[in-house]
Amino acid sequence: MVVPESIFRPFSPSDAERSDRAAGDRLRHRQKVRQCIRDNIADIVAEEAIIGKDGNRIIKVPIRGIKEYRFIYGENVPGVGQGDGEMEPGQVLRHGEGEAPGQPDRAGDRPGVDYYETDVTLDELVEIMFEDLELPDLERRKLRELPAQRVLRHKGYRRAGLRVRLDKRRTVKSKVRRRLASQRSAALVSGERFPFHENDLTYRHMVPDLKEESNAVVFCMMDTSGSMDTMKKYLARSFFFLLYQFVRAKYRNVELVFIAHHTEAREVSEEEFFHKGESGGTFISSAYQKALEIIQERYHPSLWNIYAFHCSDGDNFDADNATALKLAEELCQVANLFGYGEIKPLGSRYYESSMLQLFRRIAAENFHTVLIERKEDVWPSFKAFLARDRVRE
Amino acid sequence: MGTYELSELIEWDKRIRDKVAEFGLDCFPQEFEICDHNQMLGYMAYAGMPSHYPHWSYGKAYEKLKTLYDHGVSGLPYEMVINSNPALAYLMRDNTLSLQILTIAHVYAHNDFFKNNFTFRTTRPEFVLGAMKSHGQRVRSYIESPSIGIDRVEQVLDAAHALSLQCRRNLAVRKLSEEEQRQRKLEDAQPREDPFARVHKRQHSDTPDLRKVPLEPEEDLLLFIRDHNPFLEEWERDLLTIVHEEAQYFIPQIETKIMNEGWATFWHKRILESLNLPQDLHLEFLVRHNQVVRPIAGSLNPYHIGWKIWEDIYRRYEQPEPEEEEHLESGIRSGMEKIFSVRAADRDASFLRRHLTERLVRELNLFEYRVRGGDWVVTEVADAEGWRQIKETLIRSVGMNTVPVIKVEDADFGHHRTLLLVHEHDGRDLHLEYAEKTLAYVYQLWGRDVALQTMVNGKKVLLQFTDRGFTTRQLAR
Repeated sequence: MVVPESIFRPFSPSDAERSDRAAGDRLRHRQKVRQCIRDNIADIVAEEAIIGKDGNRIIKVPIRGIKEYRFIYGENVPGVGQGDGEMEPGQVLRHGEGEAPGQPDRAGDRPGVDYYETDVTLDELVEIMFEDLELPDLERRKLRELPAQRVLRHKGYRRAGLRVRLDKRRTVKSKVRRRLASQRSAALVSGERFPFHENDLTYRHMVPDLKEESNAVVFCMMDTSGSMDTMKKYLARSFFFLLYQFVRAKYRNVELVFIAHHTEAREVSEEEFFHKGESGGTFISSAYQKALEIIQERYHPSLWNIYAFHCSDGDNFDADNATALKLAEELCQVANLFGYGEIKPLGSRYYESSMLQLFRRIAAENFHTVLIERKEDVWPSFKAFLARDRVRE
Repeated sequence: MGTYELSELIEWDKRIRDKVAEFGLDCFPQEFEICDHNQMLGYMAYAGMPSHYPHWSYGKAYEKLKTLYDHGVSGLPYEMVINSNPALAYLMRDNTLSLQILTIAHVYAHNDFFKNNFTFRTTRPEFVLGAMKSHGQRVRSYIESPSIGIDRVEQVLDAAHALSLQCRRNLAVRKLSEEEQRQRKLEDAQPREDPFARVHKRQHSDTPDLRKVPLEPEEDLLLFIRDHNPFLEEWERDLLTIVHEEAQYFIPQIETKIMNEGWATFWHKRILESLNLPQDLHLEFLVRHNQVVRPIAGSLNPYHIGWKIWEDIYRRYEQPEPEEEEHLESGIRSGMEKIFSVRAADRDASFLRRHLTERLVRELNLFEYRVRGGDWVVTEVADAEGWRQIKETLIRSVGMNTVPVIKVEDADFGHHRTLLLVHEHDGRDLHLEYAEKTLAYVYQLWGRDVALQTMVNGKKVLLQFTDRGFTTRQLAR
């Protein structure tokens, strides 16, 4: 029997570069993964693991829902494997839930654990979160801006310039034009070299431009009195995290101020803010007073977008209520958005006093109160809170 | 390319082809394409097809393969061959020369298998590349059509993919046309010919219900829905056809995985041993070959199992043990003659049934396991009692035996135009979550209520999907 001559097609690097044929389908798959994340965003946000603020950090997000379903057999189906010859009936191969020990690929596969994790960066996650917020006009809102940041803007062409700004397309065009012209006047021998002339070179001209830059500051205020336990602090922290991410997505330059208070308020570092517990009673007004002082000193409202949020369990000294109310109103005057979150894990609310009643008297539109009872509440409350964002003229 | 030139490959290919001819392998013309690992990943995600219609699941496959590859969990295959005429094979450019030689020999054996095994007869390898290309163009045109768009195309494809393997398995058996089915029904209903009809009482015969749809239970689910749901649009019908045709093309490969890989391994070994390789190439070949046929503990390596069985069949017809002699097929004069006839006439299930002996079950250290309370427990090992059970279980877990047989029983169940499917239960229950989700796809394509009759824990159950969602109902025995 004669085997016909075979054809060998050598490797072609240019084909290899062009042949990313899966790109479109990968993109589509990626979109589905994102949709999945969006559908489960409330669960994901509630996971402690993502709370932090390094944008490049990679987060593992568990994904369900992009399985490819078929009719397949379930668990009561035996399988066959290859052993080392020393297997005994009754021997346990592996414990617990899991895939068959390395099943070979085959169609009509058993269900693998298709509950897999996907990597997203925090920035991507935040982006998805804000898509979920459905605030389409977010970008177009007027921000308090101050001119800064010189960026270069393209403006016209020049005959002289930096080599990196050479516009190759225009340069070649100019050469072609010149050649056609000279062909018409002087009979040019074909094949003769026709080099570039200095006059062909065309450079892009750049001019410095003024770009509006926007600044924002987030005031995180938290009650660190004895009654704030770890759970309450964790809920507070989730909320601050979201607020910070939101503000960061919106403004170029974001600063954070942490104010911890019990009967008196202090500006503290982030570390201290979340991890140091204190004891004692609660004067909420002290935190607002401190925030107002800091705004006065460092963050003038005409230059800064101010976001303030205060978390407490609402267990304030009665005597302080009137002052707190007054200062809260003052804070509303200077801030874009001011919120008060009352954290009452389920079961504790009936025994403690609440500030929610009192704050109802505040008429300012940019003031918002939320009640957080468990971690699932964080995301919906946050959405409700942002709906009140207003931009002052 | 690595440390060798294309001309060297061509030189070696020539020597391999001489051997291929000498051994009597019968191949399609062969084309090789040298690719890098990125291209290989791309080909793998699309089952090797140089053009294929787009769908997100291939993107998912690509990401999965790439992740495994990048993390070193799994390597890439050294080659990939497509069942087409001429046969198309991809060779990884990073392979060493010795590996390329092994791979080329391996490819010719696959090629021979595609051309000669009976299951592939229906795959029309001359047209497959063109067909795939045309599928791709059609799907793209639907995606780009402003009146259809990607979302609707994807919905149909998602559902069709879920059902693509619910189709006839043995394609060598011709499917009866509706008219033939009707004829058969009528003939079956006739009383048997009776030479003593005059003395006997007249036999009773029922007139068959010829209005029933389908007349006989129908396995090709996608085609049945395509032909019996009048509300499907033309492009939707076309998508169902495309997915069905593609599944039909790939079924022979699913059905012969062990045989095909074993056959290629058997031959690459024989061919390379006859090539008088220089020592360095030969040593590397031995290492590579052993990697390919290494048993994977706790799992099944089709290269290893297939290869061992082929070698054993060959041995039995060359140097049989005394007790084996009586089982040999008469009229076969050599091991070669036997294996060539087996390669033409078997599929994995029949291959294992006929040729996996107790001796091989022991040699391969096969065992059976089950899930008990979440643990994977060994239930049978290769001994005098256990080996038959292991063999049975193995046969059930190869090829299309891993896909439940589900047939369309009635398109007008309960006179409600409900589509009734019946699962032919063989002791293995369906995975219920998967059944629910897949039934939802059937509902989507059928456009009306659907029901699936199956058994769960020994009880007859009707799974239903209606406009109110999924329900289950226990049936009387």
